[in-house]
Amino acid sequence: MPDFDLTPDQEAFRAVVRDFAEAEIRPRAEQMDATGEFPVDIVRGMGELGLLGLPFPEEVGGGGADYLTYIVALEEIARVDQSTAITLEAGVSLGAAPIVYWGTEAQRERWLPPLLTGDGLAAFGLTEPDAGSDAGATRTTAVRDGDEWVVNGSKAFITNSGTEITVLVTIAAVTSRGDDGRARISNIVVPSGTPGFVVEPKYAKMGWRASDTHGLTFEDCRVPVENLLGEEGDGFRNFLRILDEGRIAIAALGVGLAQACLEESVRYANTRTAFGRPIGANQGISFKLADMAVSVEAARMLTRKAAWLRDLGRPFKQAAAMAKLYASEAAVAATREATQVFGGAGFIDETPVSRYYRDAKVLEIGEGTSEIQRLIIAGGLLADPGSA
Amino acid sequence: MNILVCVKQIPDPAGPQELNNDNTLKREGKLILDESDSYGVEIALQLRDTAGEGEVTLISMSPGEPSGLRTALAMGADKAIHVVDDTLHGADALSTAKVLAAAVQRAGDYTLVIAATESTDGYTGTVPAQLAEILGLPSVTFAKSIRVEGGKVHVDRQTEAGYDVVEADVPAVVTVTAGVVEPRYPSFKGIMAAKKKPLETLAVSDLGLDLSSWGQNIVSVEDAPSRAAGEKIEDDGEAYLKIVEFLEEQKVI
Repeated sequence: MPDFDLTPDQEAFRAVVRDFAEAEIRPRAEQMDATGEFPVDIVRGMGELGLLGLPFPEEVGGGGADYLTYIVALEEIARVDQSTAITLEAGVSLGAAPIVYWGTEAQRERWLPPLLTGDGLAAFGLTEPDAGSDAGATRTTAVRDGDEWVVNGSKAFITNSGTEITVLVTIAAVTSRGDDGRARISNIVVPSGTPGFVVEPKYAKMGWRASDTHGLTFEDCRVPVENLLGEEGDGFRNFLRILDEGRIAIAALGVGLAQACLEESVRYANTRTAFGRPIGANQGISFKLADMAVSVEAARMLTRKAAWLRDLGRPFKQAAAMAKLYASEAAVAATREATQVFGGAGFIDETPVSRYYRDAKVLEIGEGTSEIQRLIIAGGLLADPGSA
Repeated sequence: MNILVCVKQIPDPAGPQELNNDNTLKREGKLILDESDSYGVEIALQLRDTAGEGEVTLISMSPGEPSGLRTALAMGADKAIHVVDDTLHGADALSTAKVLAAAVQRAGDYTLVIAATESTDGYTGTVPAQLAEILGLPSVTFAKSIRVEGGKVHVDRQTEAGYDVVEADVPAVVTVTAGVVEPRYPSFKGIMAAKKKPLETLAVSDLGLDLSSWGQNIVSVEDAPSRAAGEKIEDDGEAYLKIVEFLEEQKVI
């Protein structure tokens, strides 16, 4: 019989992560949003909890948890602060994962330890100014010169790439071209501080303001040949896997955000009065709460099912795209409706829902836009009509 | 250095509380580690880790599953002794101290017994001193920091004015004031490891005690009196003087 309960271990850890999020993150979320301060101490705290290495095998120093446990933990952080949640998501799913999956033993020993404890962060440099969802259009090049790769090009919207504890960025770069002229893309590790590797100033962003996002420029940036991660030419396949998993994680951010909207809206609808009664007594408000609750539940189920499929080793590309599409759109709708429930109070920064509203939109864009998710889902259906 | 920590599992204070017909607290749902005990657990873990050897053993008397004990094991305690016995329902503070003392005597060599100053559900604040008396050990209360050196325990003992510096021979019973350290969160690995740690479940008969009755029963329970209305000061431009005067009267400033 299928089981919709978390295991006792997952539930115990979920409760710890909620306590941590409520005590260590919530009191600072508004201020971090206002100032854009990057909370190194919170990252370290998450490291002590075991969050940064959670879904990786114990043999490499990870927590040995399944992906579902990670997703549940991520939802708890996201329920309190989206900026911290994307910092965690990018640190785990984009930063550490490539080293865990494709690193040699020597590479893991060299780069992984600080990434699993929260003492360091790594970034994943895929998106470029002219290559977003169309990752095959990557223009950054890495040319072999003796014992070195010489990297030239630029990257855009790279999370965690410029914090004071960032230690490296794994980039996707064209390392050669096949006989047909097609680019062969490889992953190369560029340590922070390498000459020729320039971290551009932080973007001013609508949301996720306390997360760290930069453009990166590489000008004749030289790294040793042993910084190639995985096989040469495997970069495209590799980052597709990273993106598939990352989509489940972004979906968890959407679930957490929609959950936060639901809780805030229910509380406000019970306490705010208009025309002599709580506003929740009006169906115009109460129906919003009902719809929000349904979408939170549906988003959570899709997200956890995608993680469950991944944990069982089954195909999860479609499920991850569905979860990401639905949860991000549910989050955008929930923040819009929560702001409406709050009325004028939702438009000022003294209530959290204005921050939620600004934080939501990027969920429909990052790690594959909603349009890309629909392409993936529809493409899968048309290629395999039996799956319809 | 071996340290014993007396901890209590209690119903979550955040939830609604109900009483049984005999005026005792209902303890049927999931029990959690009393937050006041988390400070003593943290101090014990720090003392063990500083010493670089020894074990932290939890000692608890409570009904139900050891869910609160698992939290403390997940924080890093090494093992636990859990006394579970229906005959202890409604046990008073002295009986509780007798049970804990008997469990302490089974726990092997130890340097310190640490406890909270009081529990969050019962608030009697008498069990640790009774425990020390039964065990024939020195009792030091309200510790804000604990150091063991040269066969003695050195305690900064919190007072209203500041703190006293106290020392006692070990072994000793020391109670820890809530809030004096930041208890660590259990990590995921800690939660997984806790399942494999030794947890001994004992009945009263295993402790060689005969405790079927005690002198104290709860006769009745009344609501706490509601707070009286405060004094309103209208601001005529000099209200601050009245507020300062009031605070001085209360010896707050």
